[in-house]
Amino acid sequence: MADKIILEVARYSPERDAKPSFQSYEVPVYKEWVVLDALNYIKDQVDGSLTYRWSCRMGICGSCGMMVNGEPKLTCATFLSSYAHNGSKVRVEPLRYFPVVRDLVTELSDFLVKLTKVKPWLIRHDEPPLTQGEFLQTPDQLDRYKQFSMCINCTLCYAACPVVGLDPVFVGPAAIALAQRYNMDSRDQGTEERTAVLAHPEGIWGCTFVGECTRVCPKHVDPAGAIQQYKLKAALDWVKSFVMPGEHKSKDVRSEAAND
Amino acid sequence: MERQSNEAFFWTLFSAGGVIAAILIPVHIFLFGLAFPLGWLPAPSYEHMMALVRLPVVRIYLFVLCSLPLFHWAHRFRYTLFDGLQVKHLNEVIFTLCYGGAVVGTVLAGYLLWNMG
Amino acid sequence: MCAVKQPTTRTAPAYTEFHPRWYRPQVSVYWWLFQRQYLKFILRELSSVFVAAFVVITLLQLNALRNGPEAYARFQQWLQTPAAIALNVVSFCFVVFHAITWFNLAPSAMAVRLRGKPLPDFMVAAPNYAVWLVVSGAVAWLVLR
Ligand code: SF4
Ligand code: FES
Repeated sequence: MADKIILEVARYSPERDAKPSFQSYEVPVYKEWVVLDALNYIKDQVDGSLTYRWSCRMGICGSCGMMVNGEPKLTCATFLSSYAHNGSKVRVEPLRYFPVVRDLVTELSDFLVKLTKVKPWLIRHDEPPLTQGEFLQTPDQLDRYKQFSMCINCTLCYAACPVVGLDPVFVGPAAIALAQRYNMDSRDQGTEERTAVLAHPEGIWGCTFVGECTRVCPKHVDPAGAIQQYKLKAALDWVKSFVMPGEHKSKDVRSEAAND
Repeated sequence: MERQSNEAFFWTLFSAGGVIAAILIPVHIFLFGLAFPLGWLPAPSYEHMMALVRLPVVRIYLFVLCSLPLFHWAHRFRYTLFDGLQVKHLNEVIFTLCYGGAVVGTVLAGYLLWNMG
Repeated sequence: MCAVKQPTTRTAPAYTEFHPRWYRPQVSVYWWLFQRQYLKFILRELSSVFVAAFVVITLLQLNALRNGPEAYARFQQWLQTPAAIALNVVSFCFVVFHAITWFNLAPSAMAVRLRGKPLPDFMVAAPNYAVWLVVSGAVAWLVLR
């Protein structure tokens, strides 16, 4: 007979409830079960109305993020057994700081809008003719941004970041890390455009380096590091603009941004 | 967009102050706040202290030691107040008080060190 | 402000506007109290208060020096009072905490690379500690000489 634990799951129905409440389910624990397996068990065997997102169940689609005992986790990559011994309770809630659509499903539009704002794509000012062939990149050049490109947009880092909760306009960890991913790409020429959006109290300067985003990231993206590197660079640029006033290139971009 | 360069400026002061505070302040507190008052080490005489403080290098050192960490404090403290107490609406007041304090401290340090006999 | 805010209203899908039915959680004023990591963060930030306290004490000390041997002796007596000792003990703990967190976080702000390879974090942090030791030793030597 398998061990049993109690899963306390946050339930919220927009039609019925003013705010979420917890519902307890008894679920068996098998050694190889992740939290998502327990949720699927509930949905299949106990209560079909439970609503949550998942898809790949292998830590790559980024849709199954939830708070497990207060920690943002990919539920498909979090073993129940690491939380539960016989008879213990595990709390599952929707990711913190996001509006809740229903039960464990969060509303992501705000994040997606922020993501597009940092222009996470290759920006070129000159387009060399196709006959010139592809852009070549050395392994070293790839290595510079590879870490930041591993992001799966699971938004765990947003749920970990108190600034996201306190300041809803803050662009947030993953979006800034992705901006940095393109800034560090040898094929990209859009750093200044992105800096115009991000060197801002609602961008990098809003971050107080709590560091939680980096700790919870399941893909080791290190968004906190990306933001600090960004700050350091912006500060150095600022110092440089003093030492060599003429050479400060981001100026024209800045006035452009102010006009729009 | 003016805030942009301002933030870079304040962050630069914050970081510089953080480095100074991390490297220098522990040993200062250990010596003058603990070791000498508690008699773990023989306290330097008034004359020795004055001889040190008369050196221009030492004065510059002390000025930096007092000024930059204050800006470090101003930056951290203002964010802690904003976030910890959720008092965003007092933004301007807190900003003025924190950086005002840092500027006053810097001026005082300058005055004291300049007029050190 | 506008550079970041405007697009939200412009590009957000229409159905997300004025959506009445989401549950929007509120952040508690005590958010930093109930989670170990957040508490550590707030303590790290509050170490700056003791940094400022140190500067104030140092300014008082300089003032006492300037006012002559008696004033300085009085100041040194004040430093021996239990209150001053207690303050300095707490301050010392906090500034050491500040120093350690500062040195350890430095590597993430500086992606130092050597011959095209990123240096491991401890290799970036280690020189900080070395400088810390040497400088502390130098200061102590100068004062005690
Ligand atoms: S940075 Fe990490 S935690 Fe944040 S969204 Fe990307 S993968 Fe998830
Ligand atoms: S289900 Fe895809 S990441 Fe968990």
